Amino acid sequence: MIQLTHLQKLEAEAIHIIRETVATCDNPVMLYSIGKDSAVLLHLALKAFYPGRLPFPVLHVDTTWKFREMIAFRDQRAQELGLDLIVHVNQDGVRAGVNPFDSGSRAHTDVMKTQALRQALDAHKFDAAFGGARRDEEKSRAKERVFSLRSAEHRWDPKAQRPEPWRLYNTRKRPGESFRVFPLSNWTELDVWDYVARENIPVVPLYFAAPRPVVERDGALIMRDDDRMALREGEVVQTRMVRFRTLGCYPLTGAVESTAATLPEIIAEMRGSRSSERQGRIIDHDGAGSMEQKKQEGYF
Amino acid sequence: MSAVALKAVLAAQNPSAHPAAAAAPALLRFITCGSVDDGKSTLIGRLLFDAKLVHDDQLDALGRDSRRFGTQGDKLDLALLVDGLSAEREQGITIDVAYRYFATPRRSFIVADTPGHEQYTRNMATGASTADLAIILIDARKGVLPQTRRHSFIVSMLGVRHVVVAVNKMDLVGFDRAVFEGIVAQYRHMAGGLGFATITPIPISALEGDGVAGRSPNMPWHAGPTLFEHLESVDVAGAVQLAARFRMPVQWVNRPNLDFRGFAGTIAGGAVSPGDEVAILPGGRRSRVARIVTQDGDLAEAVAAQAVTLTLADEVDVSRGDVIVAVDDALTARRAFAARLLWMSDRPLASGAELTLRLGASSATARVAIAGAVDIHSFEIHAADALAMNEVGIATIALDRAVALTDYAEDRELGAFILVDRVSGDTVALGLVDAGAVRLVRSVSGDGVPSASPGRSRHWVKVALDRLAPGGWPQIVEEASWRALASLAVAALVQLTFADWRITAAAALAEALLRPILRLAHQAAWRSFERQRIARGHYDAEGSGI
Ligand SMILES: Nc1nc2c(ncn2[C@@H]2O[C@H](COP(=O)(O)OP(=O)(O)OP(=O)(O)O)[C@@H](O)[C@H]2O)c(=O)[nH]1
Ligand SMILES: [Mg+2]
Repeated sequence: MIQLTHLQKLEAEAIHIIRETVATCDNPVMLYSIGKDSAVLLHLALKAFYPGRLPFPVLHVDTTWKFREMIAFRDQRAQELGLDLIVHVNQDGVRAGVNPFDSGSRAHTDVMKTQALRQALDAHKFDAAFGGARRDEEKSRAKERVFSLRSAEHRWDPKAQRPEPWRLYNTRKRPGESFRVFPLSNWTELDVWDYVARENIPVVPLYFAAPRPVVERDGALIMRDDDRMALREGEVVQTRMVRFRTLGCYPLTGAVESTAATLPEIIAEMRGSRSSERQGRIIDHDGAGSMEQKKQEGYF
Repeated sequence: MSAVALKAVLAAQNPSAHPAAAAAPALLRFITCGSVDDGKSTLIGRLLFDAKLVHDDQLDALGRDSRRFGTQGDKLDLALLVDGLSAEREQGITIDVAYRYFATPRRSFIVADTPGHEQYTRNMATGASTADLAIILIDARKGVLPQTRRHSFIVSMLGVRHVVVAVNKMDLVGFDRAVFEGIVAQYRHMAGGLGFATITPIPISALEGDGVAGRSPNMPWHAGPTLFEHLESVDVAGAVQLAARFRMPVQWVNRPNLDFRGFAGTIAGGAVSPGDEVAILPGGRRSRVARIVTQDGDLAEAVAAQAVTLTLADEVDVSRGDVIVAVDDALTARRAFAARLLWMSDRPLASGAELTLRLGASSATARVAIAGAVDIHSFEIHAADALAMNEVGIATIALDRAVALTDYAEDRELGAFILVDRVSGDTVALGLVDAGAVRLVRSVSGDGVPSASPGRSRHWVKVALDRLAPGGWPQIVEEASWRALASLAVAALVQLTFADWRITAAAALAEALLRPILRLAHQAAWRSFERQRIARGHYDAEGSGI
């Protein structure tokens, strides 16, 4: 009899979760952050419903500070795959001039990401939203359920999570409540890359090393993606061989120096790495327990 | 084995990309459990640390966290690597289960760190439900505690067959061999009836690392394996029981256009190929598998755990919750069954409660009749008609419609279920289908099958006393004194009224003896009525046997 590989088992589990959501929720949506996890998630969703089309829209919460290459990649994929893509921007935030430099990373993330997400979910009355988060990313994520219940106010109560034994997901919710669904919960960063390689999944080129214009700021290498980023005194834009392990708002995402320009090189680099994926994320370090707090407020 | 040799080579996580790792033993899923503060989270932190899996930036964060929340002064508090919620860090306890993924050159692991606190038993059971092995931690200073017993029982009930008894904090008892051996003997005695295939005792200090990755110079007397050696080599084959015959609960019907009708689901057991004869439960309609459709092309065969879409040769009616099975499979759909339950809500479960059952892809309304509860100290079952939070009980469950299910011991996929509160939506119980459980309860309630044993009459008396006075001796004494008082009062009244000592005696006797006897008989009649009702449901199977 066929022996399933580790990746095949992870794939099957994710497809099971995606189908379970569609079978039991009225109005699901897939959060699409344009990163590698989203790319894998989208790929799995297409598999889950083959030969049918994706039975839900894809939502990108745009903070207006994403790398330009991400936006171009998003629009190209949406067109190729015929996605029903919704792009949401928190216009209140834009009007108030919220940005990562003057407002600080915390306020920027709260207004342009967390509040924006809540606005979009409420406006469309989505009752389940898929996300690509993995338990290996962060300590509080390691505690999260696959079907994570949120109150009508989108709050997460980490102390009162429903037990989730075996593969039995409780998809019951009261009016107003919704789920964040994480089909990649049990994947590691390495699994994601191995799967990207195995399945030939297109990802944003920023993951591969290339000469890019970067500035050293507060110990991180920030890519100056457009001239909204004013240089501080003494700062110079240098061209360095860098890549990104994780993608977000460009002013808040640190690059790593690397020459890994292909998938096998990325995977090899990661196996030898002494730092974790989220190290480059500035918003995670805004204080101990900051991820948990953001999640409680409705962040993914 | 040295810690260096354990340096994580994550290769094992992807056998396809690294052929050398393909021969490694399969994934091991394990949990840590045991009483509060026995050192479970510290041990997982130690495992990750010794396997060099803690990245530099995480180590820096750990240093900061340890100074702020740590319980070990200036030393690293390894538990903080896993206790990721702020409430956990503040209180120094684990509240929710944390999953960690790691690999050594020899094996890959998924570990669930579970809470010791009784209040969070539900999270421990969640971790245990998918585990192949449990590390049961015991504080060397404290020995086997009630929570050690409870966790061992739950782990055994959920089908975990391999346990490691990790006697921890050996550093605090001077690495004393006698302490270790005493606790191991105590544990073996306690776990004798729990049906574990292996019990492996290992003395450790999670804090200092003794006995975890390398041999401990402090415990040269320990001849057995270190914890890592054991985890890397233990054979848990056959730990998970899956059905041998093809079974697939239908999760979702894929109907993209008029020409395609596929049944999507994850295969629960066995294998399937196009052309196979199948039946659909409940009901037993028959058809043949036409195609196994995936985006990567049609498959010639699909096996357990694969997520596929089947098309059938005939236009049969199939919807979510139905189960497609091999035509000669013995699986049946039933309206009532016996089960073991772990009750997880702080509101007690009373007989007669209506809840929603989720099993496989089915859901149904379930009415629960509790038959017994497990005493966590003796592991004996006593008659009960309510379950308190974290109690394990035996119940019969009647459904509003037939659901294909079978014993958990035979099939983990179609033998496991959860119960959901219909108002709050909370998951309030975890359950295992267990036809044999009813017998256990019958023998407790005294009208069961056996036995010619001399114990029988004593048994009956005990049962009667239990029913009249579930509170034990204090209640029996109180009941007796109440009976005596009541019959004296009745006697006085009757004597004053009739002045006839025969009538007085009869009334007093009736008050003292007849009443309790009538009460027992009345209870017995009601219970047998209830059981018959459930038994009728039990045989009211649709689509039986095929
Ligand atoms: N001396 C000594 N202390 C230990 C050892 N293992 C754990 N501890 C300490 O025991 C305390 C409890 O450890 P935890 O790992 O949080 O215990 P736990 O079993 O995870 O607790 P819960 O999850 O809340 O049930 C902490 O202060 C640890 O530092 C050990 O081997 N030796
Ligand atoms: Mg703990």
